[in-house]
Amino acid sequence: MTAVSEQQRMAYIAGQAADARVNVELQTEEMTLNLGPQHPATHGTLRIIARLDGEQVINAEVVCGYMHRGYEKLTEVRTFPQVTTLINRIDWLSSFANEVPFILAAEQLMEVEAPPRAQYIRTIMFELSRIANITLFIGEMGVQLGAITPVFFAFRDREYVLNLIEAATGGRFHPNYDRMGGLKDDLPRGWVAETHDAMKRIRTYCDQLEDLLMGNEIFEARTRGVGVIPADVGLSYGLSGANIRASGVDWDLRRDAPSPLVWKDLDWKVWTHPDGDSFARYWVRLQETREATKMVDQMLDGLPAGPIQAKVPRIIKVPAGEAWAHTENPLGEMGYYVVSQGGLGPVRCKIRSASFNNTSIVPWLLKGVYVPDIITILSSLYFILGDIDR
Amino acid sequence: MSQLSSTEPPADVEVEAEDSAPETPDGPPIDEARQVVLDALAAELGDGLVATETHRDDVWLRVRRDSWKPAAEACKSIGFDYFCFLSGLDWMPSQSVMRGEVSSDVDVGDDTDEAAATEVAEDEEAMATDESEREAAAGDTTDGWKTGHAGGDTRFQVFARLYSIERQMGLTLKADLDEDAPSVDTWSEVYAGADWHERETWEMFGFDFVGHPHLVHMYLPGEFEGFPLRKDFPLLAREVKPWPGLVDVEPMPETDEEAAAAGVAAGGAETDATGAEGGTEGS
Repeated sequence: MTAVSEQQRMAYIAGQAADARVNVELQTEEMTLNLGPQHPATHGTLRIIARLDGEQVINAEVVCGYMHRGYEKLTEVRTFPQVTTLINRIDWLSSFANEVPFILAAEQLMEVEAPPRAQYIRTIMFELSRIANITLFIGEMGVQLGAITPVFFAFRDREYVLNLIEAATGGRFHPNYDRMGGLKDDLPRGWVAETHDAMKRIRTYCDQLEDLLMGNEIFEARTRGVGVIPADVGLSYGLSGANIRASGVDWDLRRDAPSPLVWKDLDWKVWTHPDGDSFARYWVRLQETREATKMVDQMLDGLPAGPIQAKVPRIIKVPAGEAWAHTENPLGEMGYYVVSQGGLGPVRCKIRSASFNNTSIVPWLLKGVYVPDIITILSSLYFILGDIDR
Repeated sequence: MSQLSSTEPPADVEVEAEDSAPETPDGPPIDEARQVVLDALAAELGDGLVATETHRDDVWLRVRRDSWKPAAEACKSIGFDYFCFLSGLDWMPSQSVMRGEVSSDVDVGDDTDEAAATEVAEDEEAMATDESEREAAAGDTTDGWKTGHAGGDTRFQVFARLYSIERQMGLTLKADLDEDAPSVDTWSEVYAGADWHERETWEMFGFDFVGHPHLVHMYLPGEFEGFPLRKDFPLLAREVKPWPGLVDVEPMPETDEEAAAAGVAAGGAETDATGAEGGTEGS
C-alpha cells in the first residue's frame, strides 16, 4: 500500500468519525422547509426546498419556471422591432435596460449606428432604469431584514424616476423606447431640469439610507459575514454586476467593454468591495446608485443636439450573421446572442440574463447557513424572477 | 467604515478604459491578444480545434465534440474564468413566416421626402450586397441549412461563451453534435455555472450532457414531451392563428393620403414615384 492511499484511508476514517460526532451531538430529525413559490424575498415566484438539520440548511434546491414565458421561442416568430416588446418584460424593474443590448446586437448586424444624441439619451435612460431598479433593492433589503422605513422611502423616491421615464417614453414600466438606429421620441420640454432635480433627490435618498442602515447594529449583524462568495467561485458560476464587484472583482462592462453608448465619455468610478458578503453587495449597489445619478447629471449637461434616428429602411430586414451584444444591466451582465439569416425576425435569440446565473449559486451558497440567513442571502443576491425565467 | 474601500481611484479607471478598448475593434492591440489566445488553445487542443473565426471584437472557435470538455479546461487554464452562458443552436430551416421574404405588395421605400427615399434605397442595396457577401462567407450549406461563424457540419450545435476578466476578452465556443442522439460531455465540473445552463439546454434542445450530476427539468413541467427550442417543434399558438403583427405595414399617419393617392394613380407605386410625389406635396 502506497503512502498516498494510506493518507486517503486515514482521511476517510477521520471524516467518518467527524460525521459520527455530528450525528451524536445533534440528534435532530431532518426537516424539509418549503420557501415559496410565493414569498416576499423571491421577487416573484421562486421556490426553494431546503433540507434542514435543526436551524441549519443541509441542502437547498431551487425550483424555477413558475414564470417561464418562453421568450427565446417567441422571438423566433416576431419581427426584429417587435422583439423589444417581449424583452421589456424580462427584468421588469429596469425594462429599458433590457432593450438596449438587443438593439445593439441588431445594429451590429445591420451595421447602422444611432446618432450621438440618441446614444446620450439611451445612456441616460439606461442609468435612470438602473436607479429605478436599485433604489427599490436598497429599500427592500431593509424591509426583509426587519427595517420597515427604507422601503417607504424607496417607493416614494423611485416614483420621481418612473415619472421621468414615463414623461419621455410614454411607458412607466415598459417603455419600449429603443429603436434600431435610434429612439422612438426625443425628450419632452422641461425634462432636463426636472431630471436634475430628481437626481438630487435620489442622492438625498442614498444619504438617508446610508444613515438609516449603515452602522445599524442589527443590519450589520445580519449581513456582515453572511453569504460570502469568493471571487473565483462567483466567476465560475457566472456571477456578474454588483454581486461579483462585491467580491473584489473590478469589472464593469460599462467601462471595460466597447460600446456605442457613452459611458466612456463620463467621469465616474467603479465601486468594489473586498468582503464578498451580503453587506458588501448592499454597499456596492448603494454606491452605484449614487454614481448613476452623477452620470445622468453629466450627460444632461453634455447632451448634444441633432437627430435621434439614423436612416433605416421602414421594413427592417437584418442581414445574415451572428452577433453578441452585452451591457452592464442593474442586475449584472445581460446579453443577446442573435442569429439572423436575412429575414424579418431572428432565427435564434439566446437571452443571457443576469439573474439566471446569479441565482444558480444559491444551492452552493445556502449550504450550512441558518434559516434567517436564507432571506438575507436571497435578497442580497438580488434577482428578479422575470430575469431568471425569461 | 475603514473596511469599505474602492480599489481604484477614478483616474486609473479612465486610463484602463483607454488601454483595454481601442477605438477600432480591428486595431493591432486586440488582434495580438486574440492571436496569443488562439495559439495557446491550438497548442492545447491539437486537431480537436476545427475552425476559428474573428469578427469585430469577438472570437469564435469550433471544436470537435470529444474536445468540448478539454476545450473548457484549456480555456480556464489560460484565464477564461468567467462563465457567461451555454446553449444550443438548431440550424434546420424553420417554417416561421419571419424567415420569408417581404411580400411584393409591401412598398419598402415608403418615405415622404425624395432624398430620404433614395437614401433608403441605397441602404437597401448596401444591405443586400452585404447579405450576399456574408452568405458566401458563411458558405457551409450542408443539407440545406446555413450555419454561422466558424461554420458547422451538423444540424445541432452546442455553444457557450466564456470571458476573461484579466484579458478583457470573450470567446464563443461551438461544437457539432450528432443529429440522432446529440450528446456531449458536461462542463459542470469545470464551470459550476454550466450546471443550470446544461439543464436548460437539455430540456429545450434534448442534448444529453454526459456526466451531469442532476439533469432534471429547469423550467418545464416534468411530464413535458418534446424539445421546444428545436425548429421542428411547432408553436401551437401560431398554428391555430397566424401572427397578426406580421402585417404592420399600414401607412404612417402623415403619409396616409399620399400613399393612397399613389396607389390609385400608379397602381403598384415604385419607390421613386412615391418619393417624388411626397416631395412635391411637402414643398
